[in-house]
Amino acid sequence: MSAAPPARPAPTPPATRPARPARRRPFARRAGGGQTRLALLLLLPAALVVFGVVLYPAGRALVISFYDVDSPFPGRYPFVGLRNYTEILADDRLWAAVGHTTYFTLVSTALELVLGLGLAQLLAAPIRLRWLFRAIVILPWALPTIVNGAMWRWILNAQYGVANALLTQLHLQGDYRSWLGNDPFLALNMVVVADVWKNTSLVAFFLLAGLQTIPRGLYEAARVDGAGPIRAFFRITLPLLVPNIALVLVLRTIEAFKVFDIVYVMTGGGPASGTQTITFFTYLQAFSAQRFSSGASLAYLTVVAILLLALLYLRLLRQSELMSP
Amino acid sequence: MSENMSELSRRRLLQLTAVTGAGLLLAACDVGGGSDTGTGADSGAAGNGEGQIKALFMKQAGYSEDDIRAMTDEFQKKYPKIKVEPSFVAYEALHDKIVAAAPASTFDVVLIDVIWPAEFGSKRIVTDVTDQFPAEWKSDMLGGALATAAYRDRYYGVPWILDTKYFFYNTDMLSRAGVDPASLSTWDGVLTAAQTLKAKKIVDHPLIWSWKQAEALVCDYTQLVGAFGGKFLSDDGKSIAFNTGGGLQALEFMKRTLDTKLTNPNSVESLEEDVRKIFSDGQAAMALNWTYMFNAANDPQQSKISGKVGVATTPSGPASAPGVNGSMALSVSSGSRNQKAAWTYISYITSAGVQDKYAKSSLPCWTKSYDDPTVASTLPQVVPVAKKQLANLIARPQVPRYNEISQILQAELQNALLNRKPPKKALDDAAEQARTLLA
Amino acid sequence: MRASLRYRVFIHLAALATSVVILAPFAWLLYSSFVGQTDLVSRPMRWLPEHVTLDRYREIFAGGGTGAGAAFRSAMVNSFLVAGGTVVISLVVGVLGGYALARLRFPLRRTTLLSFLVTYMLPPIALIIPLYLLMSRFGLLDTRTGLIVVYCSLATPFALWNMSTFFGSLPVELEEAARVDGCSRLGALVRVMLPLSKPGILATALYAFLLCWDEFLYSLIFTSTSQAKTVPVAIAEFTGRNAVDFGLIAAGGVLAALPPVVLAVVFQRYLIGGLASGAVKG
Repeated sequence: MSAAPPARPAPTPPATRPARPARRRPFARRAGGGQTRLALLLLLPAALVVFGVVLYPAGRALVISFYDVDSPFPGRYPFVGLRNYTEILADDRLWAAVGHTTYFTLVSTALELVLGLGLAQLLAAPIRLRWLFRAIVILPWALPTIVNGAMWRWILNAQYGVANALLTQLHLQGDYRSWLGNDPFLALNMVVVADVWKNTSLVAFFLLAGLQTIPRGLYEAARVDGAGPIRAFFRITLPLLVPNIALVLVLRTIEAFKVFDIVYVMTGGGPASGTQTITFFTYLQAFSAQRFSSGASLAYLTVVAILLLALLYLRLLRQSELMSP
Repeated sequence: MSENMSELSRRRLLQLTAVTGAGLLLAACDVGGGSDTGTGADSGAAGNGEGQIKALFMKQAGYSEDDIRAMTDEFQKKYPKIKVEPSFVAYEALHDKIVAAAPASTFDVVLIDVIWPAEFGSKRIVTDVTDQFPAEWKSDMLGGALATAAYRDRYYGVPWILDTKYFFYNTDMLSRAGVDPASLSTWDGVLTAAQTLKAKKIVDHPLIWSWKQAEALVCDYTQLVGAFGGKFLSDDGKSIAFNTGGGLQALEFMKRTLDTKLTNPNSVESLEEDVRKIFSDGQAAMALNWTYMFNAANDPQQSKISGKVGVATTPSGPASAPGVNGSMALSVSSGSRNQKAAWTYISYITSAGVQDKYAKSSLPCWTKSYDDPTVASTLPQVVPVAKKQLANLIARPQVPRYNEISQILQAELQNALLNRKPPKKALDDAAEQARTLLA
Repeated sequence: MRASLRYRVFIHLAALATSVVILAPFAWLLYSSFVGQTDLVSRPMRWLPEHVTLDRYREIFAGGGTGAGAAFRSAMVNSFLVAGGTVVISLVVGVLGGYALARLRFPLRRTTLLSFLVTYMLPPIALIIPLYLLMSRFGLLDTRTGLIVVYCSLATPFALWNMSTFFGSLPVELEEAARVDGCSRLGALVRVMLPLSKPGILATALYAFLLCWDEFLYSLIFTSTSQAKTVPVAIAEFTGRNAVDFGLIAAGGVLAALPPVVLAVVFQRYLIGGLASGAVKG
């Protein structure tokens, strides 16, 4: 055990993994009510830190969504029931934003997952200077989102951008063109590119962590059986990675659904509102228009949408777990 | 998480959501806020006129951060009992910061844009200072400046930064093309000049504008609406008027300059700074921009065309030649506990003496300053033009929900400029969405 | 075990291609920060610059008084203190709570963890105005402490989950042995579990640090002076004011990216073993 880095205990091979986690807790069975008290004590700081900050504002935002609050001041505002929700749901701009957000979420999450899977394989592969490669791959994740947005805006600048310079000089395009300003759909795709460039590395590392727990022996056995690397990937790697994939999907979907910073920096929601996402629209409603109730109801609709997505993933996960070996 | 996930039934998650929701409801006892601080003290006379005040400024254009700190230092020397703490945010964050800070009364003095008095006044985020507003200011300040902080005949602040969009041109390019700058006094003349410049291959795209989906787009549009004799609202202010007449012609004009490639296509993703950059790099011959571009484009450090910058009043259309009112004012926030001191501070830094001293950064709001030789000598080319232009300004609609209307308008203007809708349809759609926001 | 030559060539080429895709934008950012403005905006692009300058870095590092440089420097300090404070606090509460979730048996255990994770779904926009009032009431506006408080609420759910899953993956027997030797539960946690948890702790810390260094919206609204403004806000302001001084923006971006990048590269090797996603299988 003297070898650095401190190795994590060998993972239990899936074949012998206990059916229920409770069995791994012999302590747990011995203990009684004292554990509950200790648990409460240990969890109290975390609860304070999180709920002390979140609970009151979240509750207040929910209440606000049922009133018509149009200024930041305390005071009496008319109770309007669900009107904010019905009104906002009837607003075309919301549905446009939902479209953009859905597209952004689906495409960026899917790309990050597919590329991340490949990248994770590569990170695990026996290449020379692997430490260097891993260090390179982690870079985009560490780059602050605001800087990432500013960087891509500069690269894609219509007048001076290096993307234009490169493509024009390689004769891949006739002349300088606009990437972020002319065609809303193209601009949205460019935001996706910037997001995928940054977040694929996070996905890859999350998946790599899972990849490392798959016992080598399984691959050896597959090879003896005559399975090639592609077959091994689909028969062993993918099924065993399903929980990790589900986890990454949930994390990335939630993040992508809440996307704000990168849009704020790269396009400001334009052109022709073509990159306005739900959160960006919420921000405009709440702050720029001072329709706090409308913004709050939008935020809660977002929460509901995210919850539904999470439930969907959980269900898919359960199903696929039944199918895995 | 899968361990937790896989054993988690949907019911449990729903249950949890319900429990959390109920908890949240309990946590929230009132709607707007806890205590009733802030809104009551709207008389503009809170505080004893001494002590500390906080002021919120912006980081772009107009007076620089250094200017403001210097003014503040001079103020404190004169009023040692008042201590001023200035803060600076980007213009893009200014509105939201004022809104978020209002209930907590973080700032005593806030800088507001000309489009906000209706909103901030009607929501009582800033104080009505009409009663403190000296009668002589109303006669001594330029009309355009006075309108900056006014809404429905009440004053919600003191004008401080007076600005409009001037017409800039590259004298070198014009003389090479043989275009007489005097012909640029009308938009028709500008188009002809642009065609000549383009035909003689002096510049690919003679015109550059700030038509990104932002307030800058509405500013350019407003100036053209004025030129074509259009109106944003009907005279009674109860209905939308920009989708007919001059409002429509203005947009059609914009679209035409794009279609004929006289306008740089990158205009639709440019802000004022991009306009300055492209103009200063000699990649455009003509542009509308705020006063600051004159100094910046003449600064050899950041410009390739220094010494070749011409400035004029905005070209006229069939109707007239008003400049968009792009001024800003200083207001006392309604929650301030030291409104007296705040007023003293505002009165000082908006005074003619202080404004004259820093005229190089931003032209004064006072009529008499323009005859002051020291002011005139700071920007000899601009001041005579400014004197003329500032007498003829057009305002964007003064309505409490201006921001929302502007957002809708920005999006629809871009729809037309990007060929996604015919101009008429785009403006009709904008009018339809904005209709309910006027009430 | 020797892989086929074709396979080895393929993975090396793939790794090389990936590295290029990742490094090219970075390289451009770095290049833009050193190269003179006229080279940057040349058309057609001059790939070999005529001017190389350190001016922007000089301005940021040595720019006096009230300039962009001073604002940026104080933002760096603020970001460090805020991120540091958040990492420490969220780690401590995450370790304690994570241990309870992993090893103790009590009612509503999973619901507890989930309720923490659900807070992650709330969009910050929804909370920001009530939170502003709350912070104002406690005098936390425009203070680093205030930001730490808010960021802890963002970082703790991840810390809790990562640490609990990580602890869960450690064999119970070690801890049991320690307890037989007379250690208390907390004693066992500190003496046996923590030393084994270095990768988990470092991965959690890195994640929390990056989260704080990245956060924008709260900082934008809750801070207003150089007392508390963090790097993302400084960069946003920077780009607002010097919208077309691409070199200066690039230099700011490079400096803003430096601390998280260095940390991530240094601790990268712990990440693979320390991310709980490696142990999500029950």
